[in-house]
Amino acid sequence: MTRRVVILGGGTGGTLVANRLRRMTDEASVDIVVVDRDDRHIYQPGLLFVPFGTTRPESLVRPRSAQLAKGVTYRLDTVDQVDLDARTVAMSSGDRLGYDVLVIATGAELMPEETEGLTGPGWLKNVFTFYSLDGASALARALDSFDGGRLAVNVVDMPIKCPVAPLEFAFLADAYFRRRGIRDRVELSLVTPLDGAFTKPIASATLGGMFEERGINLVTEYNTGEVDSSAGRLVSYDGREEDFDLAVVVPVHGGSAWVGRSDGLGDPLNFVPTDEQTLQSMARPEVFVLGDAADVRASKAGSVAHFEGHVLCENVRAHLAGEAPSARYDGHANCFIETGAGRALLIDFNYETEPMPGRYPGRIGLPLLAESRTNHVAKRLFEQFYWHVLLPGRDVPGIGADMPMAGKVPAPMPASSLAGKER
Amino acid sequence: MPTIMVDGQEIEVDEGGFFVHPDQWTEEMAPELARTAGVGELNEEHRRVIKFMREEYFAKGTGPTVRALGLSSGVPVKRLYELFPKGPAKLAARIAGIPKPRGCI
Repeated sequence: MTRRVVILGGGTGGTLVANRLRRMTDEASVDIVVVDRDDRHIYQPGLLFVPFGTTRPESLVRPRSAQLAKGVTYRLDTVDQVDLDARTVAMSSGDRLGYDVLVIATGAELMPEETEGLTGPGWLKNVFTFYSLDGASALARALDSFDGGRLAVNVVDMPIKCPVAPLEFAFLADAYFRRRGIRDRVELSLVTPLDGAFTKPIASATLGGMFEERGINLVTEYNTGEVDSSAGRLVSYDGREEDFDLAVVVPVHGGSAWVGRSDGLGDPLNFVPTDEQTLQSMARPEVFVLGDAADVRASKAGSVAHFEGHVLCENVRAHLAGEAPSARYDGHANCFIETGAGRALLIDFNYETEPMPGRYPGRIGLPLLAESRTNHVAKRLFEQFYWHVLLPGRDVPGIGADMPMAGKVPAPMPASSLAGKER
Repeated sequence: MPTIMVDGQEIEVDEGGFFVHPDQWTEEMAPELARTAGVGELNEEHRRVIKFMREEYFAKGTGPTVRALGLSSGVPVKRLYELFPKGPAKLAARIAGIPKPRGCI
């Protein structure tokens, strides 16, 4: 009897799971169908470079269908809702697709309309985002004609995709204005709801120091209530005002709207409650979730979807074979952080272990939590790795799903992370 | 782990002042916890939010974030900030005797 695995979403997670699962299963006994509402796969890490004119927007887009292995069916349609009891996916076209295993990989969406004033008269005039292709392209034009003033990078609320991207944007903007010789005419700030530059204390201390070195203001614990583009000002819920001439805003994120229409599946933000180790949804054992769509404690990042993919495929295989899922995701994530002027920093961590200094993936490897040119080159080369190794779901020697400890140098918790807390 | 005295009871808290054992909490502790958190006199709305925080915690293992709280408690985010200035999710969690909401990474 042929069984069907339906994968919702043909982005990073959905694509690599489809391809990997295709190799692990027999075509005669398992059908694999990927559903997506469009055929444009965007290399999202590249969006960061678009505003600074170093990446052409169209170079980041390839057809989703072309990234899928032979033997995987691609279906262009919009998901309306999932019926968990009937095990069917209802499409906007009216079609219904039954499944034996469902993989949810529909990611996170930007919801700028949730913040008062954000999509008002100033949207794409003096208020931008670089989290979409259109936004990043429009911002490139605005930065080009920006000759000085106050530039505020604002994160409205967590969670967001790639939590280091706003920091990288600030570092790259600093380098960009220096290159143009107008850095002294620009007041640069990062306005964030977090209590530091980043969520993890050791990395946060290192990154916070880098803000100081570069003269970038860090405004913390700031919960944006309103973006007033006419007055050029952010207003927080507790009444603090931040003036800007140009605002680069990361809007609030939510899961896909179809999750909200599917009884018993999602949380109030439309993310899917998921077992953070087996990656099964809390609602049903035959429903698996990876990447930004899941509510697990890992960052919303491509590396997370990559490492989760290995675990998820093994557990789907086990489920189809009638075995209990035994693979466990450890929360492994890593990311390159561009720091400007051709340098970057790399962090590697999981649920339990914070980013720490050392090397990755082993004692001989890329430097961790330290700026280097090698990391920057690796970040730029990663784009080819993404299309040709990561999406096809291939194994890479030396890079496993679990976080490696070899090469890491445990560091003491920085004193600053403990400051201001009752002990 | 530090401890605090609330309503005559010794309570274990984490370094942020959040209860380690939510079942040690009683409704009688709320006014005193609110005063130390700088929230002042509790009204009906405060109590509704606190009750909701506890229900969410026991149902899901973590208290909600501000946005989720605004979406599901029926109290708009703007109002939540009037009720619990400087961080509704954190303050309400402290007064409700539950750990710091896991929030987002």
